[in-house]
Amino acid sequence: MLQEESDLSLIIAQIVQKLKGSNLYAQLERQAWASLQRPEIKLESLKEDIKEFFKISGWEKKLQNAVYSELSVFPLPSHPAAPPEHLKEPLVYMRKAQGSWEKRILKSLNSMCTELSIPLARKRPVGEQKELLNKWNEMGTDEPDLSLFRPVYAPKDFLEVLINLRNPNYENGDSLSFRTHLGLIQVPLKVKDIPELKELFVELGLTTGQLGIDDSTQVPPELFENEHVRIGQKVLTEQDSAAAQQYIRQGSPTALRAELWALILNISSHPEDILYYEQLKTNVIQHDLLVDSLIYKDVKLTASNDDYYFVFEDYLYQVLLCFSRDTSVLSHFAYNSASPPKSYIRGKLGLEEYAVFYPPNGVIPFHGFSMYVAPLCFLYHEPSKLYQIFREMYVRFFFRLHSISSHPSGIVSLCLLFETLLQTYLPQLFYHLREIGAQPLRISFKWMVRAFSGYLATDQLLLLWDRILGYNSLEILAVLAAAVFAFRAVNLMEVTSLAAAEAVLADLSTLKVMPLLQIFLFATVT
Amino acid sequence: MSRVLVPCHVKGTVALQVGDVRTSQGRPGVLVIDVTFPSVAPFELQEIVFKNYYTAFLTIRVRQHTSTHTPAKWVTCLRDYCLMPDPHSEEGAQEYVSLFKHQMLCDMAQVLELRLILRQPSPLWLSFTVEELQIYQQGPKSPSMTFPKWLSHPVPCEQPTPLLEGLPDPSRVSSEVQQMWALTEMIRASHTSTRIGRFDVDGCYDLNLLSYT
Repeated sequence: MLQEESDLSLIIAQIVQKLKGSNLYAQLERQAWASLQRPEIKLESLKEDIKEFFKISGWEKKLQNAVYSELSVFPLPSHPAAPPEHLKEPLVYMRKAQGSWEKRILKSLNSMCTELSIPLARKRPVGEQKELLNKWNEMGTDEPDLSLFRPVYAPKDFLEVLINLRNPNYENGDSLSFRTHLGLIQVPLKVKDIPELKELFVELGLTTGQLGIDDSTQVPPELFENEHVRIGQKVLTEQDSAAAQQYIRQGSPTALRAELWALILNISSHPEDILYYEQLKTNVIQHDLLVDSLIYKDVKLTASNDDYYFVFEDYLYQVLLCFSRDTSVLSHFAYNSASPPKSYIRGKLGLEEYAVFYPPNGVIPFHGFSMYVAPLCFLYHEPSKLYQIFREMYVRFFFRLHSISSHPSGIVSLCLLFETLLQTYLPQLFYHLREIGAQPLRISFKWMVRAFSGYLATDQLLLLWDRILGYNSLEILAVLAAAVFAFRAVNLMEVTSLAAAEAVLADLSTLKVMPLLQIFLFATVT
Repeated sequence: MSRVLVPCHVKGTVALQVGDVRTSQGRPGVLVIDVTFPSVAPFELQEIVFKNYYTAFLTIRVRQHTSTHTPAKWVTCLRDYCLMPDPHSEEGAQEYVSLFKHQMLCDMAQVLELRLILRQPSPLWLSFTVEELQIYQQGPKSPSMTFPKWLSHPVPCEQPTPLLEGLPDPSRVSSEVQQMWALTEMIRASHTSTRIGRFDVDGCYDLNLLSYT
């Protein structure tokens, strides 16, 4: 049909335009030039011969992976009449809510700046630059005075904003009726129910082998594990992103995980990438940002206190400080409902040539932000690779967990999905918790915002994040949250206060993620 | 293909309700919007573009100009087009929509008037409508070229002089050169849109407080 053809050519044109600016394009060009030396390339059939050469040498596969990556990350081109804000977020009232939330954050940051008399950004004197360069690998050892700093916001502040989110065109009557939502989220977004989730997560079914279940010590490895590892090695040799994404839905063997994630996220370590990371490091050394102190404080408060992650403290500084200097992150704001904070060079207020973004990557960290990076430290030990993986995970998934949007993987949809699942399949538990003033979302929100990082044992967390990558969606976080409540339902039915409910669900470190998910989705009698 | 905006006059929405508007409890679920084209002759409709606002189903009726003396009748050209897959949830509620000529049930050659019938069966929404309505007609086709006679009817060329030994066939060389020229043109035409990556202005990153706009 005409419409589909023109849509397809629009998508192709968009992807080509994006890839033209990438490293891969330059490499393909270089390879094409180099291939002219080869005897099989003939001048009269230049185009076809080079295409054939690319296919044989594996460059076509790299291009395929890059195109697949673009398709997964960027939304489809929208209607030509739609303004750019529409691509960020189609619903007007959510855009407004995100705008006012951002304003609050900016006010908070500005007031911190004026109260403490610390500039937002400052160029370091040469002596200080040398000092920082010397202790780059052990930034965790110095103890700056961070007592005056406070995090800009915590997940519970963000939850309050989401609770107050209202659609002005929606019937929000005071009296209880069929249209009132019994949970905390009051916006009518479309969320999946269990039959639809079963269809989406079909590879987690009872008859399919899973890592996290079928690799336990009681199960002989010949049944599933050996074959699965063999297939994984084959996928890695083929270097096919799409195949890796399909494979990882059943979990990734520990030995192959780092490479598989890099393949799915289309990260490869070229000298240019290492150089880029070194450039970011130089930026950190040259300029000191107020945001750096917030990062320090966050790491000290969260990751340093965690039994699993305190060893990686230095890595966390190295990644997060560079992350805030990275302007390439700004491109993700095209499909993120949030917008980067703007400012002007001192003395040039209002002049567009002197307008800059602050921080350079446009992302203001909140309390717990460093927990997005911490689990990755188990997989990657080389700072520039660790950095690239984190950045790609952030611009694909994590940004959705702290911005207000109607996207099915956005935090608002995840909260509503969690509450709907609980209400539908555990109505007695939901009613009981609501009666005692312990709305379930108040407990599970912090798990979902952090993608369960810091709450689950690390090996279980990595199995969960395998599925996030495999399904390219965060909905599994809401399903797991509901599954945890289902698992502890008996204890929860006996509590009589929010504090007691919190206590029952305080420790998730002994939970096994995959059996919980499987039982909740496929083995619960509905 | 090119398209031209047709100036239209959108009349106010009329709600259709059973019973007395003042005493009934519910809100209307059907709205009718009439679109007239006062200053334009009957035209061929190419595309209708609008922004949805919580309308679930759309029906369009058209009144066309007939050459005979029979009065123009209303014909349904689009029946119950679904804009929101689930009328109770936000999916599709504020999307931009395009409807093309080929999606219509009847020929749209001589459009006089359009009538949009909006339906929203869910009682959850306070109001619903379509916004930013734009009607397009077919733009002028690119002017057809008439080639001069000598281009369209080339004179058969004389027999070329016999090739000297060892030299390549001229027609092959010319096709190869053509291909290379096309490739160089493509390279010249392409440009990258990569960012440079600097966040400061001339080495300075001394900032004011953050702006609230």
